[in-house]
Amino acid sequence: MNLIIIFLSAAIINNYVLVQFLGICPFVGVSKKVGPALSMGMATTFVMTLSASVAWLINHYILSSKTGLGLEFLQIVAFILVIASLVQLVEMFIKKMSKPLYDALGIFLPLITTNCAIMGVALNLVTKEYGFIESVVFGTSAGIGFTIAIVLMAGIREELELADVPKYFKGAPITMIIAGCLALAFMGFAGMI
Amino acid sequence: MDYTSVIYAVLSMGGIGLFFAIMLALADKKLKVEEDPRVAQIEELLPGANCGACGLPGCAACADAMVKGDVLATACPVCSEESQHSIAKLLGVEVEKGERNVAVVLCQGGHSNVVQRADYEGVATCLGISLVSGGDKACEYGCLGKGDCVEACQFDAIYIGEEGLPIVDREKCTGCGACATVCPRNIIEMHPVSHHVFVLCKNHDKGADARKVCKTACIGCSICVKNDASGGFKIDNFLATVDHEKYGSTMELPTDKCPTNAIVAVGYNDEK
Repeated sequence: MNLIIIFLSAAIINNYVLVQFLGICPFVGVSKKVGPALSMGMATTFVMTLSASVAWLINHYILSSKTGLGLEFLQIVAFILVIASLVQLVEMFIKKMSKPLYDALGIFLPLITTNCAIMGVALNLVTKEYGFIESVVFGTSAGIGFTIAIVLMAGIREELELADVPKYFKGAPITMIIAGCLALAFMGFAGMI
Repeated sequence: MDYTSVIYAVLSMGGIGLFFAIMLALADKKLKVEEDPRVAQIEELLPGANCGACGLPGCAACADAMVKGDVLATACPVCSEESQHSIAKLLGVEVEKGERNVAVVLCQGGHSNVVQRADYEGVATCLGISLVSGGDKACEYGCLGKGDCVEACQFDAIYIGEEGLPIVDREKCTGCGACATVCPRNIIEMHPVSHHVFVLCKNHDKGADARKVCKTACIGCSICVKNDASGGFKIDNFLATVDHEKYGSTMELPTDKCPTNAIVAVGYNDEK
């Protein structure tokens, strides 16, 4: 039951993009088409899950003052190190396993490094004092939430190509407005847990 | 003072860093993808600025596309001729110099031709003036003459002449298109240097209205269409246009009867 609540909370109610406004860069940058948006979401989910588990391990055994060496002030630095290395690893892995996916993600794969949603997940799981399994579920569901948000956005933007948008709202402004509308819609979930 | 936490911090961060470094090094060996060595070589030759001027996301993508043959060896507009040649050599192709484009200013609405309907005092750029109720000239299609194109030109190939219109130095022009991009009225177009005959007007208003605002406006009378045997001239929405594929590179005008002299052989003088 606890894990289900964590899933719902991270994926929908406290959606990282639309409620906490983290990871906006890829959310706007890769949401022109549903296909690449979905693969970006998948890649982010993968990195989030991995980084959440590694971040938990590092926090638990090295940084935490209760179980480790009491180096909490190194959290951000250590997590940046973890995320950057993991993204590198994932990039090599995808390049080896699926060249088409690698090409489709293009420049946005290295950009996952600077996706603050991933950093947010790593820092949040420490403040929420999750256990290992909970952290992994938390990371995965935050990634799924990111995927939901970016795919929704991409779907709307694909439809928008055909819509008659007023001249001065074309491009970035209408994208921002839609992101705002989506965020408003997600506010409806607030308070469910 | 307690130094233990400092030592722990250094050791643990160093340890984590070392761990990931070793892991990445191993992964690099294990997951190495055999790539065409030419991709890396070409990437060396490209500027590495990832500016995107080639239309691809970054220099690595451009190098990849060059090797695949998706784009030409000269796809990078930024790198020097030398490196273009080296790239072509790597790919085993010859560099073919395409015909040079030069900018053409499609307006003759200088001070003596166009009707001035207001005095403009404000930000002295074409962009600024174009935002204020259609500009100070009565023609809403023509050149505003504040020289945004001159500012944009990196090669001193365009200057404002006596009539207050930009004049292109066809020798100096490199065909980069910077002036055409900044012009808020899209008066400047890029055309191959061998094309000479142009309709120097962009006014789509009806003949009488166009005539009222400028002496040299195209009024869409279609005399050029009737007198031109090649079929390259066309009237589109009260404005004549030339199709150079049909009309060719000649300097001869289709007719000398153009009532407003809107059709001009550009670059006639400097090649005579």
